[in-house]
Amino acid sequence: MLEASDIRRVLTRIAHEIVERNKGAGDLVLLGIPTRGVPLALRLAERIGEVEGDAPPAGSLDVTMYRDDLALRPARGLGRTDIPGDIDDKVVVLVDDVLMSGRTIRSALDALKDIGRPRAVQLAVLVDRGHRELPIRADFVGKNLPTSLSETVAVRVEELDGLDVVMLGVKGEQT
Amino acid sequence: MKRHLLSAADLSRDDALLILDTAEELARLADRPIKKLPTLRGRTVVNLFYEDSTRTRTSFEAAAKRLSADVINFAAKGSSVSKGESLKDTALTLEAMGADAVVVRHHASGAPHRLANSGWIRGSVVNAGDGTHEHPTQALLDAFTMRRRLGSFDGRRVTIVGDILHSRVARSNVRLLHTLGAQVTLVAPPTLLPVGVATWPCAVSYDLDAELPKSDVVMMLRVQHERMNAAFFPSAREYSRRYGLDGLRFAAMPEHAIVMHPGPMNRGMEIAAEVADSPRSTIVEQVTNGVSVRMAVLYLLLSGSESAIGSTEETS
Repeated sequence: MLEASDIRRVLTRIAHEIVERNKGAGDLVLLGIPTRGVPLALRLAERIGEVEGDAPPAGSLDVTMYRDDLALRPARGLGRTDIPGDIDDKVVVLVDDVLMSGRTIRSALDALKDIGRPRAVQLAVLVDRGHRELPIRADFVGKNLPTSLSETVAVRVEELDGLDVVMLGVKGEQT
Repeated sequence: MKRHLLSAADLSRDDALLILDTAEELARLADRPIKKLPTLRGRTVVNLFYEDSTRTRTSFEAAAKRLSADVINFAAKGSSVSKGESLKDTALTLEAMGADAVVVRHHASGAPHRLANSGWIRGSVVNAGDGTHEHPTQALLDAFTMRRRLGSFDGRRVTIVGDILHSRVARSNVRLLHTLGAQVTLVAPPTLLPVGVATWPCAVSYDLDAELPKSDVVMMLRVQHERMNAAFFPSAREYSRRYGLDGLRFAAMPEHAIVMHPGPMNRGMEIAAEVADSPRSTIVEQVTNGVSVRMAVLYLLLSGSESAIGSTEETS
């Protein structure tokens, strides 16, 4: 659905939108949600740096311990949480690859609450595929992909997978 | 379904590394203003301690509380156990209270296995030390401390010194460190080595001075006066002279080597005060790491629909 060049353009646009909305990059902290939100957050910070001169701090926020579906699935390991400095009174931009039910983002908001009190929290996602189960929306969207629940969206990023691509598949099939 | 942690032998290499990696993430929590996670909210963890223990019990308690579990401390002294209640009836009582996990320390080797395999309770059983058998979470926190200080296990030489015969810490460490790829050497007087030690995956020596210069880790064990019901060595002074870690012996260790002790220690007996207080001693660090490691164990056993680690009901 998205090629490497599309992803590059989309991230550049989102970087500009973030700067525009916040009138600069002064108080920004970008936090990616593991696994694939993290490299996206680092890239966005880099783009914002190209636009504004100084790149805002970027890190990662693991939400596993805050999920509401933990007891429904086998126990699993944790991702990395790496908060760059203090988030009190900053504008935190959460970055994730795919937004669907909104439950991950709810967990992220709970996790943030235990770390500090940002002035505002915004959300940037590469793909929004609808099917929300909670009153959550993204502030910055790379691409809206209205999909059916029988479809899957797979995001691959250079840093972890060796290539940048967003693919659409059918549940149960290997993509 | 896996759901208990009874022995270090239950853990595959992947299990053990998952616990250490999870503990590594949880250790970072200590830097945060709120050192608590909501993950085990509504779960009940019972600490069932038939033997005296300060650090293990408080460590499990802190770990469970940081994960928001409810903790019930059940010490044999001052409970109905002192009125003659059997392990079975105590277990049935805990089950009736809705215990999701029972952390058990017992003076009889095998008591946690009995608890896990009897069908008395549905929850997970975590062995917090049984007799002279095993103490798996101690071995995990020791491994965690070693990895933090030394980086990796491959080919590292770990020398465990002292009362191997009565030591559940040594037993668990030998198994776990072998799984993780370290080479373990046990050093003790022949009277303090168990029968069958030759079948353990480790080397054995009677000469501490020969082992020190090639050790990356020297783990000193406590001389357990309470289990010394026979003459295992002529005198405390002689033991200390041959197997105690004093300043001179400490100087014979490589520069990077660390000194560990599971505590509580007898200063001046198995370890000299100057060695215990040296920056290369990890004794206090081990206590801190204990909380992170036990959080990881409780999290991986209890948080999901099935445990990520440990043994099934029937085996081991």
